[in-house]
Amino acid sequence: MNIGTRKILDRSFTAVGIGSIVVMALALMIIVVPIVSNGIGAILFTGTIEHRKMLRNEFQRGNVQNLASEVASSERYRARLYEMLTTFEGELETMAPEKKREYMSQYSQVKTALQALLGPLPGDTTPMLTRFKYGQTRWEKAEEKLHELLYESKWDNSNADIMGKEYFVSRAKAFEGTALAPIFPYIKTNLREMLLPEFTLYWGFITDSSVDSHFFGGIWPEIKGTFFLAIGAMLFAFPLGVVAAIYFTEYAKPGFLNSMLRSANSTLAGVPSIVFGMFGLAFFINTLRVSESKSVIAGSLTLAIMILPTIIRSAEEAILAVPKMYREASLGLGSTKWNTIATVIIPAALPGILTGGVISLGRAAGETAPIIFTAAVSVGSAIGLADVFSSPTPALSWNIYNLASEHEAAAQIRHVQYGMVLALVTIVLLLNLSAIVLRARISKKLKG
Amino acid sequence: MTTSESASAKKTTRDIYLPPERKVVAGGGTAHIVAKNFSIYYSEFEAVKKVSADILSKYVTAIIGPSGCGKSTFLRAINRMNDLIPSCHTSGSLLFDGDDIYGKYTDEVLLRKKVGMVFQKPNPFPKSIFDNIAYGPRLHGVSDKKKLMEIVERSLRKAAIWDEVCDRLDKNALGLSGGQQQRICVARTLAVEPEVLLLDEPTSALDPKATAKIEDLIQELRGSYTIMIVTHNMQQASRVSDSTMFFYEGVLVEHAATAQLFTNPKDPMTEDYITGRFS
Repeated sequence: MNIGTRKILDRSFTAVGIGSIVVMALALMIIVVPIVSNGIGAILFTGTIEHRKMLRNEFQRGNVQNLASEVASSERYRARLYEMLTTFEGELETMAPEKKREYMSQYSQVKTALQALLGPLPGDTTPMLTRFKYGQTRWEKAEEKLHELLYESKWDNSNADIMGKEYFVSRAKAFEGTALAPIFPYIKTNLREMLLPEFTLYWGFITDSSVDSHFFGGIWPEIKGTFFLAIGAMLFAFPLGVVAAIYFTEYAKPGFLNSMLRSANSTLAGVPSIVFGMFGLAFFINTLRVSESKSVIAGSLTLAIMILPTIIRSAEEAILAVPKMYREASLGLGSTKWNTIATVIIPAALPGILTGGVISLGRAAGETAPIIFTAAVSVGSAIGLADVFSSPTPALSWNIYNLASEHEAAAQIRHVQYGMVLALVTIVLLLNLSAIVLRARISKKLKG
Repeated sequence: MTTSESASAKKTTRDIYLPPERKVVAGGGTAHIVAKNFSIYYSEFEAVKKVSADILSKYVTAIIGPSGCGKSTFLRAINRMNDLIPSCHTSGSLLFDGDDIYGKYTDEVLLRKKVGMVFQKPNPFPKSIFDNIAYGPRLHGVSDKKKLMEIVERSLRKAAIWDEVCDRLDKNALGLSGGQQQRICVARTLAVEPEVLLLDEPTSALDPKATAKIEDLIQELRGSYTIMIVTHNMQQASRVSDSTMFFYEGVLVEHAATAQLFTNPKDPMTEDYITGRFS
C-alpha cells in the first residue's frame, strides 16, 4: 500500500470516527436538553397566588400577613367577576325555558373553566379532592385554562375521509347580549391581578411529600424510596458478589461445574428485568414470604438478584487485573492464601470492585420492572427504616411510568413527571460521578 | 568504566572479608538444600530433568544458562512458588534441612517463611515503605509498634537502603526508583528472617548503578544466608557467587566452584556457553 492510500485511509477513518462521536453527542443533547429544561420547571416557575395559598394550607409555609394582603387584593378583582356572574344568573331566571336551557349548558362549562382557573366559586360546597380546592398554581397552566374559558373547543367532522379537525369558537359571541358577555374581556385583562403571578423557587418539590396524588407538593417519598431500594439491593448484592468473584478467581478449580456456573452468571446478566420482577414476586413474596405483600425488602432482594451478575463480573475482572507479582510477593513472604487475598489482592482490586458496585447501584436505582410487583406503589408517604420489612414505597422509576401512563390526570402534571425524570437522572449521574472520583482517589493512593 | 572498577574493588573486599576455607566450595560446608533426581514437569513437558545437587549452607550459588533452560523453574521449586501453576508437578526429591519440600505434610507457608524470594521485577506492594517491610512480620504475629519499627530499621539497614529512605517511611514504595524498590523487596524478605534467599534475576530490570548496589548487597549478606541467584549475566555470577550451576535444556550440566567453572570448565558445553559460542 503506498503512502497516499494509507493517508487517505487514515483520514477517512478519522472523519468517520469524529462523525459518529458528533452523532452520539447530538443524540445525547436531544435527550438531555428537554429533560433538564422541563425538569427544572418543576422547581423554578411562575407561581400564582393559588400556589402560595396551597403552601400555606397544606405545608404551613409562607408569610401569613403577606398572603392575607395578597388575597385581599386578588379578591377585589374577583369580587367584581362574581358580581357579574350573579347578575347573569338573575337574568337567566327571567329567560324563556328553551333559551334558558340553551344557555345553561354553556354556562356550566364556563363555570367549570372558572373553577379550574380560580378555585371554588362563592356558594360552591368545599370540594373533597385537594386538587379542586385551588385554582391554577402555575401561570403557564393558568394561561391554558384562560384559553379554555374564552373559547369553546369544537370538532369539524364534515369531511368523513380525514380525521376531525379541532376549531375554537369564542364564548363571548355565544353569550352576546347577555350579562355574561363582559366577563370574558374582564378576565382577559385582569387575570394577572386575580392570580398575582410571581417568580417562584420551590425547593419543596424535592423535600415535600405529594398532595392529592402528585397534583401538589413534591417527590420526597419517591426519592427516599429509590434510595432505600437501591441501597438495600447493594447491601445484599455487593458482599455476595465480591465473595462469589473471589471464589471464581481464587478457589474454583477449572472444570465442568465451574464453567457451567460462569455461563449461568453471564446468562443471568442478560435476563430481561421484568423476568426478575416476576421471579421476585413468586419467590420472595409468595414462596419465602419475606413480607405479606409488596415491601421494600422484597424489592431490594429482587434488585439484588438482578445486579448480582454485574457485580460478580466486574469484581472478577478487577481481581484478575491485579498483577501476578503482588500475589507472588505476598506468598513468598510466607503469607497464607486467604491472607494474600485479604491484604493484597482485594485492596489492589478495590477501585475496580467499587466502580462496578456503584454502577450497579445506579442501575438498581433506575430499574422499574423488578419493583412493579415487589415494592412499588404509585402514591404513598415517605417510609422510615422501620417500615422496610412491611410497607411498599413509591419510587422514582415506577412513578415516572405511572404518571406518564396510568395517572388519571397525567396531562395536567407533566412538570412533575419531568421533575422526577430529572431527579432520577441526576441521582444516577451523581452515583456514577462518585464512582469515578472514588476510583481516581484510590488509584492515586495505590500508585503513590 | 565505573562498574568494572567497583567490581574489582569488590573482589578485593570479598577476598579480605571471606575466611580462607570459604573459597573451597565443593565438598566443604554443610548441604542446606539437596536435590536428588529431581524433575519438574509442566503437564507432560519435563522442564527440569533429574537434577541432583547439594546447595551449601551460607554460600552464594549462582545458576546460569540460556533462556528456557529451567533455571528459574528450579529456583522457584525451592519455595514452591510453582504451586501457582496448576499443571506443574514434580518427581524425585528436593530436601530442605533434610525435610522433603514436596512432602505430603510439608506446610508450604512455613517453608516460604524460611525460604524468601526476590523477583525479577521489583514488586513492592502499593503501600508505604514501612508497611511493605512490616508486611511479613505482621503476618507472622508481630503487632507491637515499637518492635515492628525495630525490625523495619534492621531490615532496611541490612538491605543497605536505610539511609536513603529513613526520612520517608510513610511514603508509597512505588514512588522509589527501580533499584531502590528492589532493595526494598530484599529488605521485605529479610524482615521475615529467612534462612535461604532466592534471587530470580534480581538485576535484570535495573541499570548498571543499581545493579552494582544489589551486588554489593549480596556481598554484605553472604555468610549470613544461603543465597541462590539466577542470572543471565555471567560476569555477575563470577563476581558474586561461590559456586555456579550451569543448566542447559533442563539438565544440570555442571556444578562447581565458581572460580573453577569459569576458568577451567569440565564440560565442553559449559565452555561454549561461558565463552559465548552459543547462547
